[in-house]
Amino acid sequence: MKHLLSVDDLGRDGVDELCELAESFLEVTQRDIPKVPALRGKTVACVFYEDSTRTRLSFETAAKRLSADTMAFSAGTSSVKKGESLRDTVQTIEAMGVDAMVVRHGSAGAPHRIATWVDAAVVNAGDGRHEHPTQALLDAFTLRRHRGPSLDGARVAIVGDVRHSRVARSSTKVFAALGAKVTLVAPPTMLPESLDGWPAGVSCDLDAVLPEVDVVYLLRIQHERQDAMLFPSLREYTTRFGLTVERAARLRDDVLVMHAGPMNRGVEIAPEVAETPRSVITEQVGNGVAVRMAVLYSLLGSGAPVA
Amino acid sequence: MDATGERVGDVLVEGERIADVGEDLRGDRELDASGCVIAPGLVDLHVHLREPGMEEAETIDTGARAAALGGFTAIVAMPNTTPPHDDPAVVAAVLGKGARSCCDVQAAGAITKGREGVQLAPMGELHALGVRIFTDDGACVEAAGVMRAALEYAGSLPDAVVAQHAEDPSLAAGGHMHEGDWSSRLGIPGRPAAAEDTIVARDCILAALTGTRVHVLHLSSAGATEQVRAAKARGLPVTAEAAPHHFTLTDEACASFDPAFKVHPPLRTPDDVAAIKAGLADGTIDAIATDHAPHPTEAKERPFEEAPPGMLGLETALALTLDELVTPAVLDLQTALARLSWGPAAIAGLVDHGGPIVAGAVANLCVFDPARRWTVVPESLASRAGNTPYAGRELRGKVRHTVLRGEPVVVDGCATR
Repeated sequence: MKHLLSVDDLGRDGVDELCELAESFLEVTQRDIPKVPALRGKTVACVFYEDSTRTRLSFETAAKRLSADTMAFSAGTSSVKKGESLRDTVQTIEAMGVDAMVVRHGSAGAPHRIATWVDAAVVNAGDGRHEHPTQALLDAFTLRRHRGPSLDGARVAIVGDVRHSRVARSSTKVFAALGAKVTLVAPPTMLPESLDGWPAGVSCDLDAVLPEVDVVYLLRIQHERQDAMLFPSLREYTTRFGLTVERAARLRDDVLVMHAGPMNRGVEIAPEVAETPRSVITEQVGNGVAVRMAVLYSLLGSGAPVA
Repeated sequence: MDATGERVGDVLVEGERIADVGEDLRGDRELDASGCVIAPGLVDLHVHLREPGMEEAETIDTGARAAALGGFTAIVAMPNTTPPHDDPAVVAAVLGKGARSCCDVQAAGAITKGREGVQLAPMGELHALGVRIFTDDGACVEAAGVMRAALEYAGSLPDAVVAQHAEDPSLAAGGHMHEGDWSSRLGIPGRPAAAEDTIVARDCILAALTGTRVHVLHLSSAGATEQVRAAKARGLPVTAEAAPHHFTLTDEACASFDPAFKVHPPLRTPDDVAAIKAGLADGTIDAIATDHAPHPTEAKERPFEEAPPGMLGLETALALTLDELVTPAVLDLQTALARLSWGPAAIAGLVDHGGPIVAGAVANLCVFDPARRWTVVPESLASRAGNTPYAGRELRGKVRHTVLRGEPVVVDGCATR
């Protein structure tokens, strides 16, 4: 694997391998000195054209725990403001000597374009509405830790603005590749215009779906979507599609609740629900570092990953 | 070959005009046309020459040269320049430069001031300069009331036609490719075919209301093609054009995320491509027009959603028509030339173009070798820009000579000026 641009690059075997590698890195992150020399001498640049807290910190932490040097770039404070083109910017960064570029961009396919312009390994850290492969990997990793390596037969409901969600595009494919049965739940304005190529079913009725699921995956609702006429009001959204305390109370005890963050407490998820033992939301964040270590190591590393 | 049929022979040109057509004619200077088809010069209703305002992408001079190399003797320059063709001075300047180029350059006039869809442009003044096609191309006239007023007003201008970029902004805005299976998978915001279908349906109704001619630019969807077919069946004054990329490429090409494949209206589905071909075959679509839209390299070296729409077309249109329509017998050669030459010439009111090839006619001719194979190399195109979606593709059929008003402006595949 030269780049990680899409979860399509992985397949079930690729996901399994990365999750197994992440398992060993998770052990590293729990040590007193959570650091291994696996990528000493390598440089990882985080090239972020969109604001991000958790993804960027997660990648930087992952790189540092592998002993790589890190560089950070964010569009808001760079020459991009002076009108520099994407190609010129990434080639400038590469000229400083980087082995991997972790790219977040607001436009679908930007990392794919960059991969045609640079020799460094490119990791897609979220491109427009297209994909967020490492989020999907950490989601799969989190579920595997609770349910075992196979997700065969697991029923996952992904609830929210699927149409505009890169998380949904990646995670649906990874869950399905591991054998899960995925149902997308949203009003029709938030479902994909076409389901061709989506290994998932759909429903517009959360209450009908919830009794049949093992995992509820909630997507962030962006407030500005009201203006785009995707739903009439946040209150109505919560009434029909929010995981409220009442809805959560009807779930079996072993049903897991996931969220890619950042959460809108009180909109797609009730604050109380986010704090219950069934919620693995914080665990997802912790697992993210181990999974990103696995991705960076598999792209740049050689020799034994863990001393 | 022209609208009257096919015959074998020589064409003798004296001055601007054809002096004779027959066998064994001799002249002072002879251009070898053996193995070639001699056709009336091709006519492109839809070209973006970028001058004034974006000369780094194309100029009237370079665009006209690309046109001549593609076999065109007349092209219609779209009004979305900076400043736009909403002012007689701008149009006069474009026509003046065009007159010194190696192709007849007509200018389309804007329908509305600033192409903003609010106030009518001075259509009468532009008409007096020779403008016959009015369009806000690049922008759709969104308000039905404005479109109605434009059609009513244009009804007083002889031979005027109002041409629409048919994509309802309220459905298409923010979209970058065809909305469908591929956009849904790729997460690229879509422009639905319904945006085109609804405007074409509405404009056909307004053509009926006003009686003024409506021309649909770059028809791309099956639904809109059906609307035009139905309007023609009702006898409404509606014509349509289609671009080569809309009968040769589909939305699947966008999976590369290469903005070379970004265009408005967007590349659509195989079903839409089939409908465009059927429309060209049965005459629903009157003309093949390139929508030649040059952009500098750096403008396309952006992510798909940030790159401007548009692709080159002038130098590949004839070969793509031969390869994708004539060779597979979607069209016979004469019908293909009708769509590339005398069909569009009639729409634009260009009496000197489109043939027939007879003594006394103005000598605007395209001589092409239908068997000649060549590979599209962006850097080798005459256009100042290189944004062709066909880079590296081998095509069959190449222009050998182009004659503009008796002057050979392309000889043996090379521009003479």
